[in-house]
Amino acid sequence: VSSKEIVQQLIENSTTFRDKTEFAQDKYIKKKKKKYEAVITIVKPSTRILSTMYYAREPGKINHLRYDTLAQMLTLGNIRAGNKMIVMETCAGLVLGAVMERMGGKKACYGSIIQMYPGGGPVRAATSCFGFPKLFFDNLHEFPLSKVDSLLSGTFSTESLPSEPEDNALVEEESNGLTDEKQTSLQEAEEESTTEATMEINQTEEQETMDVNAEDVEFKENKEKENKENVREKQRKQWERRKKLIETAALLREKNADGLIVASKFHPTPLLLSLLEFVAPSRPFVVYCQYKEPLLECYTKLRERGGVINLKLSETWLRNYQVLPDRSHPKLTMSGGGGYLLSGITVILDKGKSDSSNLEALKMEEPSSKRCRIQDLHC
Amino acid sequence: MSFVEYGDTIKDGDTAIVFLGHESMFPVKVQHGTVTQTKYGVIRHSTDLIGKKYGSKVTCSKGGWVFILHPTPELWTMNLPHRTQILYSTDISIITMMLELKPGSIVCESGTGSGSLSHALIRTVAPTGHLYTVEFHQQRAEKAREEFREHGVEHLVTVTNQDVCKNGFGVSNIADAVFLDIPSPWEAIGHAKSALKAEGGRICSFSPCIEQVQRTCLAMEEYGFTEINTLEILLRVYNVRTISLQIPDLGKAAEDNSSAGFDSSNPSNQGSLCANLQQGTAQFKSGVPLREMVGHTGYLTFATKS
Repeated sequence: VSSKEIVQQLIENSTTFRDKTEFAQDKYIKKKKKKYEAVITIVKPSTRILSTMYYAREPGKINHLRYDTLAQMLTLGNIRAGNKMIVMETCAGLVLGAVMERMGGKKACYGSIIQMYPGGGPVRAATSCFGFPKLFFDNLHEFPLSKVDSLLSGTFSTESLPSEPEDNALVEEESNGLTDEKQTSLQEAEEESTTEATMEINQTEEQETMDVNAEDVEFKENKEKENKENVREKQRKQWERRKKLIETAALLREKNADGLIVASKFHPTPLLLSLLEFVAPSRPFVVYCQYKEPLLECYTKLRERGGVINLKLSETWLRNYQVLPDRSHPKLTMSGGGGYLLSGITVILDKGKSDSSNLEALKMEEPSSKRCRIQDLHC
Repeated sequence: MSFVEYGDTIKDGDTAIVFLGHESMFPVKVQHGTVTQTKYGVIRHSTDLIGKKYGSKVTCSKGGWVFILHPTPELWTMNLPHRTQILYSTDISIITMMLELKPGSIVCESGTGSGSLSHALIRTVAPTGHLYTVEFHQQRAEKAREEFREHGVEHLVTVTNQDVCKNGFGVSNIADAVFLDIPSPWEAIGHAKSALKAEGGRICSFSPCIEQVQRTCLAMEEYGFTEINTLEILLRVYNVRTISLQIPDLGKAAEDNSSAGFDSSNPSNQGSLCANLQQGTAQFKSGVPLREMVGHTGYLTFATKS
């Protein structure tokens, strides 16, 4: 039975259909069609689709970042191909994906992104939904927040890389001092995207069960070989991760990032005050917060710090419309709040004079006078 | 410098933004030997600008100072010379996202107007994409071409001087997205459809009046567009201010022990009040909305070519 026939039957059976107005009949038919006409459209994932989906279905995972607010961030932050971006987000990787989309071409990302992450490793669940080609991830780096302080104070370990690890004991000593890597490997094991780690764990589990049952000497010998190989694999991986960490630290230490995007569950002030240190002068930064008050504090602290101008605290108001002949009006439900943004531009920080930042603050507050006319600019 | 790439140092021929203070800035064309007047004094390009880093503080002749900023499409939108009413970054942001624009995208736009949206589109589709922009007014089209040249983006944009409703965009079946900001967009829907790629292309029409929107939606439906959706977006800005409110004098109760009408010993009150309780004021930080805000720019209608 086709959906057309079903809908026709429903109309015939309905006792009230005839009495409905033309518009109401239209609405009734549309509703029934939607229910019985099983038409699926396959769409290519994009920031537009994923951000609207996440906001509608899992807003808690993205700190209630509404899609129009995300759109503002991407534009205010001048996200584009060729930038060196610092991204700090706890929105399941949605913001990261959006940034990557705006920086990516057909095969690879132009520029580079350093994702700062809390805890053991970056979450990129939503990022994988974008379907980026593998090469996109070549210019994506990550760095733990827990190392930011040491990096800024200059106490981050910068010892030269060890050669390919041969000594078991040596590696163990090093790995004790670098708990992050171990945590990272644990974290990665929990993530869908790392199959190698899963294989690693499977192999370890296999070893354990084999341990119990092994009686055959030859079997034991082979198992020992496997054991050694697995340990080497782990060592190699740790070495790789450590190498990447040092590389990313070097990128940050250049303090020449083209912009900063923050959208997390954490209080924004400490994040901004520290991460802004890695951004070049005359570059935009945007901070998202679900609530307004933390951004009020952030604004105040940034004024005290200096080195930022054009600070703006804003939110966007979004309204969808139904447009039909003689029936056009805003839609009935509207999003109450999509979060707040604090944006600004960095300038060269004048650390010499202590007065200057206050003077600047006063200057920034003065009402704008009429615009200056320039004689040499021909309009 | 370039509108599609960051540079570190100010060079001869750059367009830079001079920032004087709160919401006060203007663009300047950097040129050897030229001088710029500001309310804080004179800026000499050769000594004060060229060779300095973007983000530097420059002291003017009268002693006051300014900051020199690298141009971005957003700063350009706030400072460009208006030939027409322009689109601001709030609308531009949602347009960019809803049209799914990214590096490599091919976009068609009409009308070019003052080039506010154009600069933003060029920035997003660079380095491998292209903007085909159509402007009906000959002088505006020429002025736009000139600006794109000055800003180092002419290789990413083609300006065509014609009527989009009669002659379309000048390209067929290649655009990932089309944007319309014209008085009668329903007359250009057909041309938009032929400019768009075979399937999946996105279209956006911007109209201030709901009647225009209604006609455009009908036209979109007639031409087989799907996912037709109309929205509007408004920006609310907050000024961060420390506010002091007076505590009212409610007089004294009969007994001497109670404080003047206000129970300051109540722990829940202590948390919310800052200093100055003795002086009878309470201070707090607030995000104060502006007295007047932009109430309406236009309706944005999006659809997909399927």
